[in-house]
Amino acid sequence: MAAVEIPQDEQAFLEYVQAGGQVETTDWMPDDYRAKLIKFIEMHGNSELMGVLPEREWILRAPTLQRKLALTAKVQDEVGHAQLIYRVVEDLGKPRERCLADLVDGKAKFHNVFHYPTKTWGDVGVIAWLVDAAAIISQKALLKCSYAPYARIMKKICWEESFHILHGRDVILAMVTGTREQFELVQEALDRWWGPLMQFHGNPIPREEDPMFIWRIKSQGNEEARQQFLEGYVPQIRELGLTVPDPNLRRTDEGVWKYTEPDWNELKHVVTGHGPRTEERLAFRRRFLDQERWVRDAVLAA
Amino acid sequence: MIYEIFRQERKGQAFEHAGSVVAPNAEFAEAWAREQYGRRGESAALWLVPRDAIHDVEGWADEFDLKYRRVDGYSIKARLKEARERASSRPR
Repeated sequence: MAAVEIPQDEQAFLEYVQAGGQVETTDWMPDDYRAKLIKFIEMHGNSELMGVLPEREWILRAPTLQRKLALTAKVQDEVGHAQLIYRVVEDLGKPRERCLADLVDGKAKFHNVFHYPTKTWGDVGVIAWLVDAAAIISQKALLKCSYAPYARIMKKICWEESFHILHGRDVILAMVTGTREQFELVQEALDRWWGPLMQFHGNPIPREEDPMFIWRIKSQGNEEARQQFLEGYVPQIRELGLTVPDPNLRRTDEGVWKYTEPDWNELKHVVTGHGPRTEERLAFRRRFLDQERWVRDAVLAA
Repeated sequence: MIYEIFRQERKGQAFEHAGSVVAPNAEFAEAWAREQYGRRGESAALWLVPRDAIHDVEGWADEFDLKYRRVDGYSIKARLKEARERASSRPR
């Protein structure tokens, strides 16, 4: 059978990816497509790298040795994801050093949920269970990404994320089956995280208008992802006796979840670098990037 | 140097492209590939191939209709139907 030719003009290329076609690093691609890929994938890499910081804060304070080890393993996984993802960005033309420089200079974005503080061990459970659940919904929609090298590393990433969700659910189950105080810690954490969780998948822009969907970088729209999250996790939250802090949350007879409009201004404010922990965490990254430069230099000189 | 990583999930299976690492030499590449693709025993074996060593072959000329060499070059449905009809109407 004749090999599939990647179209060499933008319109034909668009039709090719919209029909499910995939491209490799060495294939021709429109500049706009390349730029969108870099923007999207770099933001994903940044999120993995920044996402470990809220959890890292709890490694020394984990309640048991088992939890400490599991949390450490999770942090190692996420940093590993960042490495894989930056590698993909690098092949698209933006070197990792520049991604990191843009990140610590506050010029690049990362997911809203990693700009918030973690008050108690309850927050760690909610992050590991529900933030990772929301993230895996987005990530599974990348397994069919039109850029094949990204889709391929996503297999490994999704595989590891499924362990993270189970770890998070286990933390939550231990607490809701514990003392009244432990249960309250979970409920309070859920109250704190529900807003950011509902903002996580982004505003409900129709997928046909979303450039990331148009180029088939992702295979679902923002609202579809949010609906999938609600459908999958609200019943799991409620069966534990926890209350979702949204009085308007309900499922219609058609199976559509209705909810209070998330605070899109907060989302915008937070992801543009004004979250409650943004500055502190970027300063942390900046310090380590600088402090460990000699390691990168030494390794590359080997 | 960029090393492409191919992983084999179980003995006997084909190696499949998994990703790549940047490393100054094969020793470092191995250390990182082991971390990324073998830490949980998820791979039976890995191949680390310098990207420059890959000879990429793409594009096949298809000027001639060579369908007779392929399964989709043979449509036997109609003929089989006719053969069966003839067979059943043939006196035994």
